Amino acid sequence: MEATVSNTGTEGKVWGGGNKPLQASYGKMMMWFFILSDALTFSGFLAAYGFSRFKFIDSWPIADEVYNHFPGLHGDHPMYFVALMTFILIASSVTMVLAVDAGHHMNKKKVTFYMFLTIIGGGIFLGSQAWEWTNFIQGYYGAVETKGGQILQFVDTKMEEGDEKMHRVSVEDFAIASHQERVQHESKNGLWFMSESALPAYTVEDIVTGFNKHANLAVRTQELMPNMEALEASTDPADLAKAARMKASYVNTDQTGQKGVLNRAASEKALKDAVVYVKGANLIHNEYGNRLFGDFFFFITGFHGFHVFSGVVINLIIFFNIILGTYDRRKNNYEMVEKVGLYWHFVDLVWVFVFTFFYLV
Amino acid sequence: MGHDNTHKLAIFRGRLKFKSNVQKIWGVLIFLSIITIIEVGFGIWKPSILVDNYFIGMKLLNWVFIILTLVKAYYIAWDFMHLRDEKSSLRRAVVWTAVFLVAYLLFILLQEGTYIEGVKTNGFIKWNF
Repeated sequence: MEATVSNTGTEGKVWGGGNKPLQASYGKMMMWFFILSDALTFSGFLAAYGFSRFKFIDSWPIADEVYNHFPGLHGDHPMYFVALMTFILIASSVTMVLAVDAGHHMNKKKVTFYMFLTIIGGGIFLGSQAWEWTNFIQGYYGAVETKGGQILQFVDTKMEEGDEKMHRVSVEDFAIASHQERVQHESKNGLWFMSESALPAYTVEDIVTGFNKHANLAVRTQELMPNMEALEASTDPADLAKAARMKASYVNTDQTGQKGVLNRAASEKALKDAVVYVKGANLIHNEYGNRLFGDFFFFITGFHGFHVFSGVVINLIIFFNIILGTYDRRKNNYEMVEKVGLYWHFVDLVWVFVFTFFYLV
Repeated sequence: MGHDNTHKLAIFRGRLKFKSNVQKIWGVLIFLSIITIIEVGFGIWKPSILVDNYFIGMKLLNWVFIILTLVKAYYIAWDFMHLRDEKSSLRRAVVWTAVFLVAYLLFILLQEGTYIEGVKTNGFIKWNF
């Protein structure tokens, strides 16, 4: 079975490969190179997200208003659920390091146990992400989209005492559904090669009729309120014109950083441009605001979730190999566990950044 | 294999020493959890002094978040991915490559994003029709 090998006389010396400058095995080093390139991929995505955000800096959705669900609770609960997800992933990272440490001591029982916990942690995280996606896709309030792709949401102008801002109103609560002749075209009852996506539950007319019947409603636009005092103190005529325009149409010019709420007249005017009712999110429309917001959410958290999923699968394979005693026989201190551990921690590392840029900043 | 099972057991530049590697892992977990709690606390509280003041085009609060994130990333890479125990040449090959390329990418993209925002606001282009 031996291949022809010519001896060069340098075996074991520096030029013969007898030197290990990084003191890391081949597999470990390749894992590091892979992680580095994957990190650059994620950086590219997050930088693109930053690009779009700076491009739409004055109209980007407010994360706290989008991700505000918590299982079993009603109302506004921003942050808690993602904080929990972050904690789950960090905890499963810890069980992974403990598995690596147990491997260094060749303790098969402990490695098995900690790997098991790591896999469970990954599974819980994936489930949480599925729940998060479900909420994002289903939506809650609904909105209308204008010809220019702007999202108009609805709020109740009657504020209770102690309210900091006007409460959102669900379109379903005021729209008056009219009789519709138009049915969704399905390939089974027409041209077999043509079909269309589900029709919106309400037409724009339904929503406008309902809106006109409720005098307490107003339209909320995507525009974020700038600091009005600073804007009016500016000497730039463009700034002054902007301040005048906002004062004329918005009712909440004192709420810096909040979404602008139009007065009744401006609301009715804005609704004239509406073309479609949007509820929840897909890759084309979303009720939260800028279209790119939904796209980036799906793409980046989806790509991360895919990494977690493949991490869980790899962990499972390694887990069974541990039980079978494969690494025990290799007598190399469970290096394979260490290598998948590096990947698993990397996934955690990426989540730390996704958490910051999607939910905090 | 070259495993000597030695770990550097001190964090915070030697100010906090642990007795064993397992203890260090739990210590780092507690530290990371505290940072996450601080981040979430800031995210809910949003102190106005940090929201109203800007530094290089970004709210101070966002700078706080980014710095805390980098701190977390450091401890995940150094202690969980045990870069602390690797040779400095391996560490540098990984970390500096990423740092330089990402810094460059961020500079280009964020700079251009801001420029396009300027064109959108001040230019003679109708974008909300």
